[in-house]
Amino acid sequence: MQKENTNQSVIQIENLSKSYPPDFKALNKINLEIKHGEIFALLGPNGAGKTTLISIICGISNPTSGRVLVNGKNIISDFRATRAIIGLVPQELTTDAFETVWDTVSFTRGLFGKSRNSAHIEKILRQLTLWDKKDDKIMTLSGGMKRRVLIAKALSHEPDILFLDEPTAGVDVELRKDMWEIVRGLQKTGVTIILTTHYIDEAEEMADRIGIINKGELILVEEKASLMKKLGKKQLALELQEKLKKVPKTLKKYKLELVNNGNCLIYTYDTKAKHTGITALLGELSEAGIKFKDLNTSKSSLEDIFVSLVKETT
Amino acid sequence: MNIEAVKAIYRFEMARARRTVFQSIVSPVISTALYFIVFGSAIGSRITEIEGISYGSFIVPGLIMLMVLTQSIANASFGIYFPKFTGTIYEILSAPISSFEIVLGYVGAAATKSLILGLIILATAHLFVPLEIQHPFWMLAFLVLTCITFSLFGFIIGVWADGFEKLQIIPLLVITPLVFLGGTFYSISMLPPFWQTVSFFNPVVYLVSGFRWSFFEMADVNVWLSLGMIGFFLALCMATIWWIFHTGYEIKD
Repeated sequence: MQKENTNQSVIQIENLSKSYPPDFKALNKINLEIKHGEIFALLGPNGAGKTTLISIICGISNPTSGRVLVNGKNIISDFRATRAIIGLVPQELTTDAFETVWDTVSFTRGLFGKSRNSAHIEKILRQLTLWDKKDDKIMTLSGGMKRRVLIAKALSHEPDILFLDEPTAGVDVELRKDMWEIVRGLQKTGVTIILTTHYIDEAEEMADRIGIINKGELILVEEKASLMKKLGKKQLALELQEKLKKVPKTLKKYKLELVNNGNCLIYTYDTKAKHTGITALLGELSEAGIKFKDLNTSKSSLEDIFVSLVKETT
Repeated sequence: MNIEAVKAIYRFEMARARRTVFQSIVSPVISTALYFIVFGSAIGSRITEIEGISYGSFIVPGLIMLMVLTQSIANASFGIYFPKFTGTIYEILSAPISSFEIVLGYVGAAATKSLILGLIILATAHLFVPLEIQHPFWMLAFLVLTCITFSLFGFIIGVWADGFEKLQIIPLLVITPLVFLGGTFYSISMLPPFWQTVSFFNPVVYLVSGFRWSFFEMADVNVWLSLGMIGFFLALCMATIWWIFHTGYEIKD
C-alpha cells in the first residue's frame, strides 16, 4: 500500500558528537534532518564517520553528546518506538552460518517485536529472488546472496526507515542494478532510505539529497539536482582538424586546455553563469583560423564534486 | 515488554541445541555414565557407603551439579559470545529490546537446556543405582536455581570474553576444579579438619550439599545456608549483568 509521503523530517540529528579516547573525534557536532520518503545518500571517504553515524541512530553505539530524534522521539529514552521502525543493512556480511534463510529472516522479524507472518517473509524472499534458497543454510550462499539475506532481514519487520550501509560493496553489476530497483520500489511505498556508498554513481543514480561527510564533519547537505547545478561544471571538447602547438594568445581569456597531443581543446564553463562564452569562443576560434571536426560537451560528475569538496577540507 | 523478541532469541538458541544435540545432550550423558563406571566401580568398591547411602547413589546429586554447572556456563557463554564473534550482535543491539529481555532470551534458553540435561542425567543415573528423592520440590528448586544462576554467570563470561581462549578459561581453570573439590564425589566430613575449613570457602560445596540434602536428607552444611548462598550468587550475577548493560561494557562503543 502506498504510504503517506510528506516533506516532514523523520530523523533529526542535533549536535551529535562521538569521541574515542584519547582524543579522536569520529563525529563532530553533526546536524542533519532526513525527510520522510526521501533517499538520502551519505558520501564520504573511509573513516569519515558514515558508519558511526548510522550505528548511533540504530542503537549500536552510544553518542558522546547531542541527540537524535526519530519521528520526534528520542532514540535513547524512547528506544522501543524508534528502533521498531528502523531496518539496517550493515556494511559487513555479518550473518549466521548454520541457520537457514527462512529461519534467520523470521528471527529478525521476531526480534523487532512482530509476530510470525509467513506471507510477508515469502513476499520479501521472492522480491529478493531468495525464495529458491529459503531452506539453504546461509553458509552455502554466495556473497551476493548473503547481501540479499541481509536486506531481507532488514525488511522483515516492515520498517519505515531503512539504512543501507554500503549496500552494493563487493556485489556484481547485475545485483547492483537489482538492488537499485528494490530501493526505488521501497521508496515508492513510502520508506525513507539512507544509504552510504563509495560509489558516486550510485548516489547520483539513486539519491534525492546528498550529504558529504569528511573527518566526522558534515561538509555539505544539498538536493542532488541543485548540487549538480550549483557545483557542476561543463566542458566543451573541440576536436581539431589540425594539430596546435600552443593556444593562441588571443584566446588566453578562455583558459583553454590543449590536450591529446594538441589535437583537442578543452573549454570549461560554468553552467550557472548567464553567459557561458561558447558563442564568443567559437567566433574567435574561427577568426584565429582554428577549425574543428567535432565537438562534444560533458557535465562534471558527482565524483568530481565530491573529490574537490573533500580535497578542500583536507 | 517485547515478548516476540524474547521468544525469537529463545527459539533460536533452542534450535542451536537441537542442531548440536550430540554435543549438547548425548556427550554429557556419556560423560556421566563414564563417571559412574569409573568412580562408582573403582572407588565404590572401597567406599561402599557414606552415612548409610551407597556410594553410587551418593555421587548422583554431585554429578548432576557438575554437568549442570559446566553446561549452563558453556551454553550461555557461547550463546552471547557467538553473535559478538560473527558480528550478528548488531541485530540484537539495534532491535527494540531491553537488556532484561535479551538476558531472558539467552539465559532462559541456556537454563532450559541445562535443566533438561540435569533431568536426563537423573534418569540415566536411575538406570545404574537405586534413587529415592526425599524432597522432590526442593530438588527441583535447587536444580532450577542453579541452572539460572550459572547460565547468568555464563552470560557474563560470554560478554567478557574477546576470544575463544577467554571463553574457556573460567570454566576450565576455575569452575571444574571448584566442582571436583566441592564434594561431588565425597563428603566434606571425610576430609581432615584443615581441608574441611578450606572447602567451606568453595561456593560449590553449598550447592552440592543443598542438592544432596533434597535427595537423602544429608548435608555438609545447613540447607538454608545452601539456599542463601545460591541466592547470593544469583543476586551477584544479576547485579553484574545490570552493570554490563548500564555501561555497555564489551557490548557497545
